[in-house]
Amino acid sequence: MNGPTFTIDGRSVPFTEGQSIIQAAREAGIYIPHLCYHPEFRPHGSCRLCVVEAGGRSVPACSTPAVAGQQVRNRTERLDRMRRTLVELLFVEGNHFCPACPKSGNCKLQAVGYWLRMLDTPFPYLFPRRELDASHHDVLLDRDRCIFCELCVRASREVDRKNLFAIGGKGTRCRLLVNSPDGRLGSSGLSLGDRALQVCPTGALLPRKGAFHVPVGRRLYDGRSIAESDE
Amino acid sequence: MSRRVRIATTSLAGCFGCHTSFLDMDERLLRLAGQVELDRSPLTDRKQIRHCDIGLIEGGLCNSENIELLRRFRACCTTLVALGACAVNGGIPALRNRYTLEECLREAYLEGAGIENPQIPDDPELPRLLENIHPIHELVTVDYSLPGCPPPADAIWALLQDLIAGREPVPPLELIRYD
Amino acid sequence: MMQGAAPVGESWITGLAATCGGDATALLPILHEAQERFAYIPRAVMQQIARTLSLPLAQVEAVVEFYHFFSSQPRGRYDIFFSSCVIDRLRGGDESARLLCERLRVTPGGSRADGVVSVRHTSCTGMCDQGPALLVNGHAIAGLDRERSEQMASLIERRIPLREWPRGLFRIAGNIRRSGPLLSGEIPPGAALQRALSLGRKGLLERLERSGLRGRGGAGFPTALKWRACREAPGEHYVVCNADEGEPGTFKDRELLRRHAHAVFEGMTLAAWVIGARRGFLYLRGEYRFLLQHLEQVLAERRGMGLLGERIGGGRDFGFDITIRLGAGAYICGEESALLESLQGNLPRPRNRPPYPVTHGLFGQPTVVNNVESFAAAAHIALNGDRWLTARGTEHSRGSKLLSISGDCARPGIYEFAFGTPLEEILDACGARDLLGVQMGGPSGNWITPAEFQRSLAFEDLSSAGALMVFGRERDLLEIVHGFSRFFAHESCGFCTPCRVGTGLQARLVEKLCLGRGCDRDLERLRSLGELMSATSHCGLGQSAPNPVLTTLAAEPQRYRKRLNSTAFTPDFQPLRELRSCGRRE
Repeated sequence: MNGPTFTIDGRSVPFTEGQSIIQAAREAGIYIPHLCYHPEFRPHGSCRLCVVEAGGRSVPACSTPAVAGQQVRNRTERLDRMRRTLVELLFVEGNHFCPACPKSGNCKLQAVGYWLRMLDTPFPYLFPRRELDASHHDVLLDRDRCIFCELCVRASREVDRKNLFAIGGKGTRCRLLVNSPDGRLGSSGLSLGDRALQVCPTGALLPRKGAFHVPVGRRLYDGRSIAESDE
Repeated sequence: MSRRVRIATTSLAGCFGCHTSFLDMDERLLRLAGQVELDRSPLTDRKQIRHCDIGLIEGGLCNSENIELLRRFRACCTTLVALGACAVNGGIPALRNRYTLEECLREAYLEGAGIENPQIPDDPELPRLLENIHPIHELVTVDYSLPGCPPPADAIWALLQDLIAGREPVPPLELIRYD
Repeated sequence: MMQGAAPVGESWITGLAATCGGDATALLPILHEAQERFAYIPRAVMQQIARTLSLPLAQVEAVVEFYHFFSSQPRGRYDIFFSSCVIDRLRGGDESARLLCERLRVTPGGSRADGVVSVRHTSCTGMCDQGPALLVNGHAIAGLDRERSEQMASLIERRIPLREWPRGLFRIAGNIRRSGPLLSGEIPPGAALQRALSLGRKGLLERLERSGLRGRGGAGFPTALKWRACREAPGEHYVVCNADEGEPGTFKDRELLRRHAHAVFEGMTLAAWVIGARRGFLYLRGEYRFLLQHLEQVLAERRGMGLLGERIGGGRDFGFDITIRLGAGAYICGEESALLESLQGNLPRPRNRPPYPVTHGLFGQPTVVNNVESFAAAAHIALNGDRWLTARGTEHSRGSKLLSISGDCARPGIYEFAFGTPLEEILDACGARDLLGVQMGGPSGNWITPAEFQRSLAFEDLSSAGALMVFGRERDLLEIVHGFSRFFAHESCGFCTPCRVGTGLQARLVEKLCLGRGCDRDLERLRSLGELMSATSHCGLGQSAPNPVLTTLAAEPQRYRKRLNSTAFTPDFQPLRELRSCGRRE
């Protein structure tokens, strides 16, 4: 191997100029937890789960370029503890009732929680009141489950070319906006085949038909961890 | 240990599903019976709790009785375990937190579909209701949590075996689930 | 796409859009105009704006929802914002707010049913030296005592239009208490520029470099290095002046802009000349709207003198002009990349870095972004040589620094001190005695106890972007920290997880401690949240949001201990308060 390399937890990882740490890691088969990152889209850097240690600092692996010779640490107790707390924060700020969610078993938020061994949280749950949008014939927008990763925003803009979503509000009052005249999903022109719908890591944007069709035990993350089935 | 490990269980704002999952340990229950003594529990129908080594709490907090009972369990149990989604994060009952209590009662007893003789029950014997459902760690110290709706019997078994043996419980990855 | 009839003609939108360049940079000025016309921004107007600027409706909606001073719901004809800054509150802000609300029969956070008046709180309005302060329809009123509250209430009840209110009500004191080379120095308009033209671009950069000028906005990046890097980056260049002085307790740019606007604009023009920019922006915080007219007038003067526009200084190769953009109440816009996003009409969210603004700034082009004070200092250095700066200060912090001093002291106001001045000397100068401590650099800075008062003002020691908040011995430390934590929760943009959720939880936990219901576990939770926020947040806001908690907890743990209800465990909610009887009324 003649190209540049850096190390992740001591393991040598080749990369090409301009690649981010997470891109190089994926190609080397090293899992770095993430939620807002998706290989098809430009990095966003909002979930902060992909935090790694590089150059003496904690940086997001999705938006930090790989540097030749750099020693990156990924699986340290401190990093995994911080990641677990980040997932806890996502759970306490929303209304994630897994037992009643059709996305359960195929949900990335849930799966990354499993992988980080999140069992509970020391923080109080916030139980926000968020608006549900059931105006669309085929798709439900359940803002309770939105984690503001903006994958739908990016997919709708860059792949579907419809630009149907945006994040409005601020702080804990953030909310997913629908770019339609009345602000509702029904009049938005979203269709079942849209990439925006497919990339939602949680059950925030969910097809209304087909819920619970796959039996427990055969769902995406039933038999394997998110690290093994990472996309 | 001179005496068998004493365990108490209860269900607060839950559905007894976690207790059912407990029973799903099947024949392992016989082995467990040799290891532990079951104190207050819906399974023994014992109404008083003595000092226990382990308390298993199913369900979150929805009323004054839950609060009193949880505090009593905390006082009596050396190790307290939040068993299942409702105890850990409020679970399905916490879906009502998106409404006010008054809205819930009106819908359930006055205005909902198919209601005859609409009235909100007000017998003084009834426990008073909390405005919101709370997970149990917001009221007392919780030593361990086992999520799941319900947690798999295997996970309950693994947890109990760890605790009985005096080990720090570490659930196997494949047994961690939130649904 | 369009539905429903527009409530009014939209020609004013197209007109305004045209004068603002017709692109998304026109969004902020148009929204200001709409807010003023309708006392809110109706959805139909948002649709017109979106169509005129070719923006997605949801983007317009998101921007409206983001800023404090825009509203998608009708507000009162008199729209009042009280400053919720810790300093305004310790000057009696809560009492004056209560009094005014009582007189106007309106509850804070609400609008009166007749639509005449609405009241909300906002973050620090930059009047800590003369608070308590408020904004009414964007115009600042300071020194809000009983008399002024009564006067305001009466004017509002008689529906007197704002422009007919007594001018004295809007008077803002200068409060310049101690001048140094920056505050007392005068630059005849164009003098620094003329000197620079004779020095040549290289010569000017060398002079700046020799002076060792470091950015005055907080980060302390060498100004010459920034300008040079930007000059070398290919593309269309821009100059942006960050006048979004949003850090609570900071108000020094207010007076620099009022008294030394020429120096500031001259500094911007120098930067433009060095880097080859034709356009510059001054991003003025919305709270300083009262400066807008004056600044526009200074710009007009400079155009008249040939110091802006085409062929500046008679040279054929140098044309440059400056546009002022008014913010709309969002602390995050003080972060330079968020400010650039705001200028571009996007949600003001800090960008991922690298790349940095010097190569990828406004519209992705090479951009110099500097603080007001930095531009003014650069103009002085150009005119007077690097000795102007190096005559004072320390090895790593050359020159002098403006401080906004507020709180428990005899003479709050603006002070210019040489770097290296010990804090005790500064506190002596402003008449501060018997202190609990000071907050250096505003909420995002650090708590300094009296034991550290011999430390000095310097980048390498006590660094401050300009705020020095003074707290007397009688003050309640936890209440102060509570105010700061609420500020961060209020201003978090919500982009990244640790800041969005962390600031909210932090404010909630500190409130629990303040109410005397805390326990050891709460301190532990605050520490772990703090570590998480500072290590993993996307930008400086989230990274510094735990500073007030962490620095006070480290320096004064006993003050926290004293307030704990129990060492063991206390609940996160109050069960007795939340219990309701079903059918019976209590």
